[in-house]
Amino acid sequence: MPHDVEKHSHSLLPSDPELKVKALETALVKRGLIDPAALDEIIDTYQNKIGPKNGATIIAKALLDKNFKKALIDDPMQILEKHGFLGRQGEHIKVVENTPEIHNIVVCTLCSCYPWPLLGIPPTWYKSDEYRSRVVREPRKCLSEFGVTLPKNTKVRVWDSTAEIRYLVLPILPDKYKDFDEEHLSEIISRDAMIGTALIGDPS
Amino acid sequence: MSLRAEYRPFHEPWHAQIFALTVHLNEQGHFDWKDWSKVFSGALSSKGSKELIINDDDYYLIWLKTLEEFLGETVKIQSDEIIQYFQDWRAAFLNTPHGQPVKLENLSAD
Repeated sequence: MPHDVEKHSHSLLPSDPELKVKALETALVKRGLIDPAALDEIIDTYQNKIGPKNGATIIAKALLDKNFKKALIDDPMQILEKHGFLGRQGEHIKVVENTPEIHNIVVCTLCSCYPWPLLGIPPTWYKSDEYRSRVVREPRKCLSEFGVTLPKNTKVRVWDSTAEIRYLVLPILPDKYKDFDEEHLSEIISRDAMIGTALIGDPS
Repeated sequence: MSLRAEYRPFHEPWHAQIFALTVHLNEQGHFDWKDWSKVFSGALSSKGSKELIINDDDYYLIWLKTLEEFLGETVKIQSDEIIQYFQDWRAAFLNTPHGQPVKLENLSAD
């Protein structure tokens, strides 16, 4: 050890899972199975290029344009392709519309299937055991914990995502936002409103 | 008013790294996403009651453990190989002076 380096001045030791991931990556790189630059590219994409703003753009347009809304519900893949919102885990997306009669909520009871190209990576609570198990059993109670209270006669429908099909909720546009233009409207459509655990305009 | 600022896809760099690694391997054709999804769902449903997913660490720890086993079957990476690299990386961190880049070559303290 060089004389100018003190005994305990080594680099900070990462946690075991961090070291395990590095080990796994090293094994895969040594075999030529992965390209580290491609990993950086994937991370950059989900951190900076894909996220709930994609979904909000489409939903805002649908809320202001009846023909666009109909097309989005009838053939979402065609619309999403046109807007460049296809991609990993977005091969089959179904748009479910909230109405005064029906409120939709999305879950993946088995793991964490989610429409990545439209909403990015799911939040922690979406992946939690509590949400995945409770939202099917007691959706109304879960909604109230998210701060959403629905009229008594509104039914709640829970959609269980799979590796084959993922859902996007088309929320109701409250009257007070009906004069918003597409850009401003897209800014108040939260990720949770598109999962069904919030309404438009609610902070989530 | 904007609700966009809240998006935080990864809470720790290793969560992002293991996610990207899995996506990349899938895109390189080493396995189908449906197969991975099935194995991962199985791991989530069969885990013990003490392994509840409350935060992202809990979730990605199960992801990591499942992926290790899955890669043993799909690309034949064996656990002893991973253990060796794990120890090598640990040694490299312990033997690299603070502030210098940590590389696998820095295994010994000479």
